[in-house]
Amino acid sequence: MRGAAWAETAAISAAALLAALGVFGGFVALRGLNPLDVYAALVAGGFGSWFSLEETLTQAAPIMLTALCTALPARAGLLVIGGEGALVVGGVATVLAGVNLGGLPPPLAVALMCLAGALGGGLWVGVAGALRHWRGVNETIATLLLNYIAIAVMNHLVAGPIRDFGQVLKPASWAIGERLMIGTIPATGIHWGLVFGVVACVVTWVLMRHTIVGFAVDVVGGNVRAAQMVGLPIGAIVLATTVLGGAAAGLAGAIEVVAVHGFASSSLVVGYGYAGILVAFLARQNPLAVIAVAVLLGGITASGGLLQRRFGLPDAATLVLEGLLFIALLAANTLYGRFRRSSGD
Amino acid sequence: MIAVVGGAIRVSTPYLYVSLGETLTEKSGRVNLGLEGTLVMGAMSGYAIAYLTGSPWLGVLVAGAIGAGFGLLHAVVCSLPRVNDIAVGIALFLFGTGLAFFLGKPYIQPSAPRLPHLALGWWSSSPQIRVALEINALFVAGIVLALALRFILASTRWGLVVRTVGDNADAARALGYSLRGVRTLATMAGGFLAGVGGSFLSLYYPGTWNEGLSSGQGLMAIALVIFARWNPIHCFWVSLLFGAATALGPALQSIGYTSNYYLFNAAPYVLTLGLLVWSSSPRHALLGAPSELTISK
Repeated sequence: MRGAAWAETAAISAAALLAALGVFGGFVALRGLNPLDVYAALVAGGFGSWFSLEETLTQAAPIMLTALCTALPARAGLLVIGGEGALVVGGVATVLAGVNLGGLPPPLAVALMCLAGALGGGLWVGVAGALRHWRGVNETIATLLLNYIAIAVMNHLVAGPIRDFGQVLKPASWAIGERLMIGTIPATGIHWGLVFGVVACVVTWVLMRHTIVGFAVDVVGGNVRAAQMVGLPIGAIVLATTVLGGAAAGLAGAIEVVAVHGFASSSLVVGYGYAGILVAFLARQNPLAVIAVAVLLGGITASGGLLQRRFGLPDAATLVLEGLLFIALLAANTLYGRFRRSSGD
Repeated sequence: MIAVVGGAIRVSTPYLYVSLGETLTEKSGRVNLGLEGTLVMGAMSGYAIAYLTGSPWLGVLVAGAIGAGFGLLHAVVCSLPRVNDIAVGIALFLFGTGLAFFLGKPYIQPSAPRLPHLALGWWSSSPQIRVALEINALFVAGIVLALALRFILASTRWGLVVRTVGDNADAARALGYSLRGVRTLATMAGGFLAGVGGSFLSLYYPGTWNEGLSSGQGLMAIALVIFARWNPIHCFWVSLLFGAATALGPALQSIGYTSNYYLFNAAPYVLTLGLLVWSSSPRHALLGAPSELTISK
């Protein structure tokens, strides 16, 4: 009966997508535009050409990783929204590692830098997991606060202690140098971050679906009492999912540094973390579905430029569509199980 | 010092409104994390209406009404079975901010009339004191509101109903009150206040509409409510404290102390997290928290 469950998920998600697009069409119609033209541009801007597809996949890469930051702890019953902060911490950790490891051969140095980023992000969100388990602090509020603390600490660091005074446009950290930047996947304009993202999602999926550890996490998420009864190490599981989730978002920060910016600055704070929450919910916390949904969302973001150029729509138009999509999907959650004749599948 | 007090009063007003609204909503047992979006929508719509009609007070009213509309949306989606109120809040946060930027593009340039202020510094000849004591009318209204909300929650029938719904849903249901109705009204009222708080941003201080107007005040107010232990009077003091923490950075900068500017911005968050860690326990819910609240479980 897994096929029926899949069909139900697909049908409900598609209905929510259509509802969100419908309301969005209403908004653009208010501005005197033909909704159908705008839909066509959304598709063209996200997936219409090789160039737009490259842009879409580049946008999707960090979102896949930040989505894991919400999706992984969610399996253990936690609602973590700390992807934005973990990404920032990961980016800063990567830069710090980069300027200290510059003497090493580039492949080794880059690997260590990414590891530093993942470690930074993992420890950052892990704090929320530890507070949750040992002090009973609500993890959602804690990670929300940690986001703001991370951004403030980064602003502090790039404004003084690690500032590169050669950068005059806006405060930025020391650069890691051209030598330590990773390039693009051969024959494409997409950076290697996409591979990291897809691999991380697949590995997480295997871990969650096909190992005993993953099953234990699901038991904790499904029923803490039952997990206690069978003697599962709840503290270790809570800690592990938050650290791994944070590590994924930290890796997103590392990739933004080694593949896109080359330094840490407020350009890291562009909402990838919040987009990740949306993707995790849209994918119903399933790591494989995260890949597809992140590409869809990357496409919406990538088409923002075209909407702006062709119709004069504000760049926030894509944000409106994302918000509508999120609301529609959450509301659609209530539909699950209503269309099945028997509950025992 | 006087600059910090004046700054604290200016900066704290939006905190005050959003936190009072959130207190009321959370007292009924719901969390609305989307008030940041409501705040930005309130700022945009208040500014647009004030510009189009020339009346800043009409702008405040419309901002509140839009906020109540967002509250209604939140309440309706949350009242569906199996829908998580925190997730809906994040969705509304994205949607409200996006919609405000989307609709507010034409109003970035023109300037709208600002709200009046009360000059409480008339007794002083020092211009600094005069400027610092130009208290805005919404701040004064906010104080009255905090007192009123405290009275309503503590000593009236309505307040008791809201608290019952938030503390023990089964008891409220047994008494024949509609959980959905009470929570919807409480969320709408909370949204109204957040919208008014937003209009303060665009119509008084900083007094313009642009996309960087809110720096997370709506989200910070959620933390503030926890800090204030769901007590409207405490909300007022904590708003002032958060406002002072925010105003301290620029004030220090103006006297030449520029280092650690950004760390001061983090102060309210660190304080709140510290308080959460200190007052939480794995064995019981947060002190003073409504027990039907998802974040206190």
